[in-house]
Amino acid sequence: MTDLLQITGLDVEFPTRRGTISAAQNVHLTVKPGEVVGLVGESGAGKSTIGNAIIGLLESPGRVSAGSILFEGDDLCLKDETAMRAIRGNRIGMIFQDPQTSLNPLMTVGAQLVETIEKTEAARGKAAEARAIELLEQVGITEAKARLRAYPHQFSGGMRQRVVIALALAGDPDLIIADEPTTALDVSIQAQILDLIKRLCRERDLGVIIVTHDIGVIANVADRVVVMYRGEVVETGDVAQILGSPRHEYTQSLIAAVPRADCKLERFSSVDYIEGGTKPFKRIDVQTHWLGKAQSHARGETAIEADHLNLSFVLQKAVLPRNRKMIKAVDDVSFKVTQGQTFGLVGESGSGKSTVARIITGLYPPDAGVVRVLGQDVSSNPKSSEARKARRAVQMIFQDPYSSLNARMKVMDIVAEPIRFYRLTSSEGETRKIVGDLLDHVGLGAQVATRYPHEFSGGQRQRISIARALASRPRILICDEPTSALDVSVQATILNLLKDLQQELGLTMLFISHDLPVIRQMCDQIAVMRNGQLCEVAEAEALFNAPKHDYSRHLLDLMPRMDLLESASE
Amino acid sequence: MQNTDKPMTRWQRFKDNDIVWSFFHSPGAVIAATIATVVILACIFAPLIAPFDPFDPAQISLWDGKLPPAWVDGGQPQYLLGTDNQGRDMLSTILYGGRLSILVGLAAVCLGMVLGVTLGVVSGYVGGVTDAVIMRIADVQLTIPGILLAILINGIGRVVLPLDMRDEFAVYVVVLAIGLTDWPQFARVTRGATLVEANKEYVQAARIIGLPGWLIMLRHILPNTLRPVLVIATIGLALAIIAEATLSFLGQGIPPTTPSLGTLIRVGNEYLFSGLWWITFFPAIALVVLVFAVNLLGDWMRDALNPKLR
Repeated sequence: MTDLLQITGLDVEFPTRRGTISAAQNVHLTVKPGEVVGLVGESGAGKSTIGNAIIGLLESPGRVSAGSILFEGDDLCLKDETAMRAIRGNRIGMIFQDPQTSLNPLMTVGAQLVETIEKTEAARGKAAEARAIELLEQVGITEAKARLRAYPHQFSGGMRQRVVIALALAGDPDLIIADEPTTALDVSIQAQILDLIKRLCRERDLGVIIVTHDIGVIANVADRVVVMYRGEVVETGDVAQILGSPRHEYTQSLIAAVPRADCKLERFSSVDYIEGGTKPFKRIDVQTHWLGKAQSHARGETAIEADHLNLSFVLQKAVLPRNRKMIKAVDDVSFKVTQGQTFGLVGESGSGKSTVARIITGLYPPDAGVVRVLGQDVSSNPKSSEARKARRAVQMIFQDPYSSLNARMKVMDIVAEPIRFYRLTSSEGETRKIVGDLLDHVGLGAQVATRYPHEFSGGQRQRISIARALASRPRILICDEPTSALDVSVQATILNLLKDLQQELGLTMLFISHDLPVIRQMCDQIAVMRNGQLCEVAEAEALFNAPKHDYSRHLLDLMPRMDLLESASE
Repeated sequence: MQNTDKPMTRWQRFKDNDIVWSFFHSPGAVIAATIATVVILACIFAPLIAPFDPFDPAQISLWDGKLPPAWVDGGQPQYLLGTDNQGRDMLSTILYGGRLSILVGLAAVCLGMVLGVTLGVVSGYVGGVTDAVIMRIADVQLTIPGILLAILINGIGRVVLPLDMRDEFAVYVVVLAIGLTDWPQFARVTRGATLVEANKEYVQAARIIGLPGWLIMLRHILPNTLRPVLVIATIGLALAIIAEATLSFLGQGIPPTTPSLGTLIRVGNEYLFSGLWWITFFPAIALVVLVFAVNLLGDWMRDALNPKLR
């Protein structure tokens, strides 16, 4: 079969004032009709750049400096903007990451579809509308005719992404480029969207390029995989070969870093191709160090107790209380976390898991219920000195490494802040030494103390956050999706670090995530949350092997299937 | 992260800064900054540059009054821009007057900024009733035209002061009047920025550490809200200079014995119909150039500090 798309020796560069940045070098890639090609790589690998180069939408000042992109024999690099506009939509469709922003909120879904159809096909008026209904039905939207009058905000995230796919299909294209099509969606919806893309690809004999960072997506949907690393293609091959017996070192590291859902591993195997991963760093002996003092290792006692917690948020304000619309973010949640254990809270977005974390740290006061930290009630009278003291044992690591550090402070001052505020050391010299030790211990090295946060990558910033949390000498660490903003390889190193710290310091952890494999690797006990309520609390192994609650079973079923991966590594 | 492990020197880091780079690559900003610097330096060093001292009665002679600029018939070479009705050299008087205008403007903006930023951060961070009270006061004040309010404050200030101190303290009263007029701008902008920053995770982290509210506001929120404040402060400086000139022009501000650009324009205005155009023309030009340069700088700063517009 002839290739639908053939990219040969493609170079893309971005000239900037600090010199030309090469975003892609010597990329070779082919797509056949009826084939899903997965373009996988971590942030900065250049995978989105390739997608944008194909449809001629490189962000300024980017440009293709060498190579060719042959689409059915025509070189797209030589076409002008008018010719490209005819190809976009008609011949090549595009699906973007965020369905929130890729639809116009002020137009009905029908109007947007009809507009696209009229632009790309001969159909007008009634015929275009009929075609729109047909497209919506094809992407699995029921009652398509009535839905044409609806606005995007009346659709859920998954439905919106279906509409986006329908829009991409409107011009009856031969090639679809999907840039992280499921990253913004919950797991349950991700599976449906991937199935849809795969089905459309088969039915219509489409070529599909899926750009993603997620090995799970690749395992589910791709026929062939192209692995990119720092702008270069390091490996191309059949999906079974790439996932089962990767040849290139980088692919091996990448696959090893994917958290496994089938069994719990002690640690993630060493991942060489990752920033900070190979650098041997100095670690301190915590037993004799300042950090290890004031730690009690009494395991078995209750560290955190949530006792019938309730919290509602006001959705719609009103003067009269009965006219207010409230949403129960946390609805009668009770659980206990034993000292020295990791307790996982898992649930889809909006399930209230982060709200629980914020109640425990005292950022939100609960409407009803009591939080006890190491036996001390901290929620009834949060300003009392006992509550404040108990709360110092609780520290938190946040999801977004870009907003969790004050950009105007040096790393030294960020990490030293709790030490200085509580005068945990006797002198400034000692403080500086301890901050250096902490930075060494989290794998950054003491020399970074004089820098500002913007000089660091996401994973490195997360390490700074961990050092800051450790500086209070906490006994309880609350991790709110600590790795969901990170690349999978960086995630593995951060999770390893957290595991090590927990063992060394006997920390209790409350680990919040939507990612079941990550939860399995980290947690001893797991609570499943949905709509503010706890569905099930169980030992980790028990939950994964024999879930009791329907919703837990449902979540487990939706986990991306990694059979290829698992059979290969056994 | 930078590739080099060696930290850069301060100067290298300064040159590498995006804002500095943007400055040297936008001709408008460089020209505006040059004009503003020249004008401001000339005014500040007026005692060294000016050919005459307008405060020294020995150098003033009524016989030299109302002389036209040097290049006009009847002008004298030592008075380049002519003289005013009292025989003072126009160039020297403009330089001394500009000095006063700039100082008054700077002091008034600083006052308004300190007041507005403090209230804005408190309002945004504390929220609730405090927020409502502060912002409603600001709203009410914004409904009254600024210059009217400044005249009011100025008038009250003068009445309160004893008669013999009025001229001496007139400058401070003007600073107070202008400063108290423009704080709501600063408060609003700072409050908006504070609301954004207070929801960020680094502020939550600081709260979890257990830092008290004032320390979080001072150390974490304040430094992160200063960018937009800097922009309004620059534009506010231009407005404050105009406000001072307007007050003085209306005879409400600085007494004619201490020349400011506003008083010079007012004095000159009385002689405009007698054909003595230079008394009002040159101070007005100086005012326009000064305000224009400061405004251009403010515009550039707004663009350079806003990543979305770049």
